[in-house]
Amino acid sequence: MSVGYTSRRKNTAVANDISFGLTKGELVAIVGINGIGKSTLLRTLGGVQPKLSGSVLIKNKPIETLKSEALATMVSVVLTEPIASKNLTVFQLVSLGRHPYTNWIGTLSADDQSKILKAIKILELEPLQNMKCYELSDGQLQKVMIAKALAQDTEIILLDEPTTHLDLYHKVHILKLLQRIAHDTKKVVLYTTHEIDLAIQLCDKIFIMNGDTNNFGAPCELIECKSFEDLFPKDTITFNPETGSFKINK
Amino acid sequence: MQRSNTYLLPFLLLSLVLLFCLVLNLSFGSVAIPFSDTFTSILGGEIENESWHYIIWNYRIPKALTAVLVGSGLSLSGLLMQTLFRNPLAGPFVLGISSGASLGAALLIMGSTLFSHWLIFEVINDVSLAIASSIGSFLVLLAVITVASRIKDTMALLIIGLMFGSITAALVSVLSYFTDADKLQQYIFWAFGSVGNLSGTQLALLAVFILIGIILSIISLKSLNALLLGENYARSLGVHLKKTRFIIIIATGLLAGAVTAFAGPIAFIGLAVPHLTRQIFNTTDHKILVPAVLVYGAILLLLCDLIAQLPSSSYVLPLNAITSVVGAPVVIWLLVRKKKMIF
Repeated sequence: MSVGYTSRRKNTAVANDISFGLTKGELVAIVGINGIGKSTLLRTLGGVQPKLSGSVLIKNKPIETLKSEALATMVSVVLTEPIASKNLTVFQLVSLGRHPYTNWIGTLSADDQSKILKAIKILELEPLQNMKCYELSDGQLQKVMIAKALAQDTEIILLDEPTTHLDLYHKVHILKLLQRIAHDTKKVVLYTTHEIDLAIQLCDKIFIMNGDTNNFGAPCELIECKSFEDLFPKDTITFNPETGSFKINK
Repeated sequence: MQRSNTYLLPFLLLSLVLLFCLVLNLSFGSVAIPFSDTFTSILGGEIENESWHYIIWNYRIPKALTAVLVGSGLSLSGLLMQTLFRNPLAGPFVLGISSGASLGAALLIMGSTLFSHWLIFEVINDVSLAIASSIGSFLVLLAVITVASRIKDTMALLIIGLMFGSITAALVSVLSYFTDADKLQQYIFWAFGSVGNLSGTQLALLAVFILIGIILSIISLKSLNALLLGENYARSLGVHLKKTRFIIIIATGLLAGAVTAFAGPIAFIGLAVPHLTRQIFNTTDHKILVPAVLVYGAILLLLCDLIAQLPSSSYVLPLNAITSVVGAPVVIWLLVRKKKMIF
């Protein structure tokens, strides 16, 4: 599959030769340097932007044949772009995750309510429930967006750099949470990240975007194949296969 | 549910205020009619002064109803624009929709002398004026939307809207230059804005347009709420963006176009009322905001019309001027107080 952007004159492919499959109950990270097309890939997988070529299959059905409501019950996304209105309360924002399930006017049923409250509880957002989004810190807002994705109750959750604004503790906290969600509820959780060392420790699979060669596999396999070593210029950063971390060359 | 209860009281209060303003609007005018007599007359009772009865039923009630429709319609279109463009400064006036309607009306009123040999609308009547203004506002709205799909930056979009406004204003002034004094005066009076002098048919037509606009907004309620997250998120929640955008644009065009056609370009109501409403109803839920904005808009326009009538004098000020005088300071006050406009 190729992903990228179409304009009237030409298609600008950001990344080509992408091929991987995901199975239920896996936490998967997409890693790669800035501008390699991680977010573009994620948005394409989420049906937010059209693909250039190839196919995206969900349960063996091409993504473009799915109706947008049906897709919304299968895939939820957390993007890096800020939400348009920060005047929403936390509860309202999370409840928008139930959008694909509610009736024409958006009334929340008892089931919707309980799923919203459950998502809020999992993310430990109860004290913030009635606060407006503009009152929250970036990290808190990120958790609210993840709660929205959980409330959407989809089998696939796509997150674009979910740990960006968080400190190390909260990064690990969120990633462990995502791991738990993937393992316990048998969902597919796919996220893009720059924290490769954390991904190596926590993810079931990693997709490395490296321009021409893209590798996919379990972290230990990838380490054995030395896939991480060409990720960055070797004169600045080297990968240590024993610790699974990067080291700055002095 | 607990949520609907919290909004019940403000709604009740607002409705009472609306009723009060309605009676106030009916009582004041060039001829002062006492409150009690106004009440008796509305409720169908006999009052001693026959001409008061005539004034109330044939002049003031249609005018008050027009004010309600105009205020509600403009405010709703403002709310729709602000959500669609995700921009607190959007409104029918700022985005050039009103100027589009002005161009349509100007072409019809003043262009008829220039292009009479090929113009289809030989007769300027209420229907053709409404159609011309609606077409004008639609065209400008479509132009803004076309540009909007190319440009992601909403600030740029606002400037583009203002530019469209300038272009239409320029075209109108070119038209005015070539037109005769009678037609020019007719246009200028239209541009002053007024909710008076609408015939029964005109009033009914306006009501129909506003009603369609309201129905289209109700259909879009759910999508409007999803749009609060931005277009990409809305799409990921299963919103048909193209369809939703189309419906909202049609609704806005109908609301702003019809209002401008019958009452002239009325500034700032569409921009200010949604913000004022958010001060009372601290929510972003369109299920609450849409009805609230309708009532609030009606109240504000009834009050503005009351001021424009200059009670007990025979002068009537241009309504457009009053709404600007009231609306512009409100926007400034909001900006100064809140530092930034949230929506």
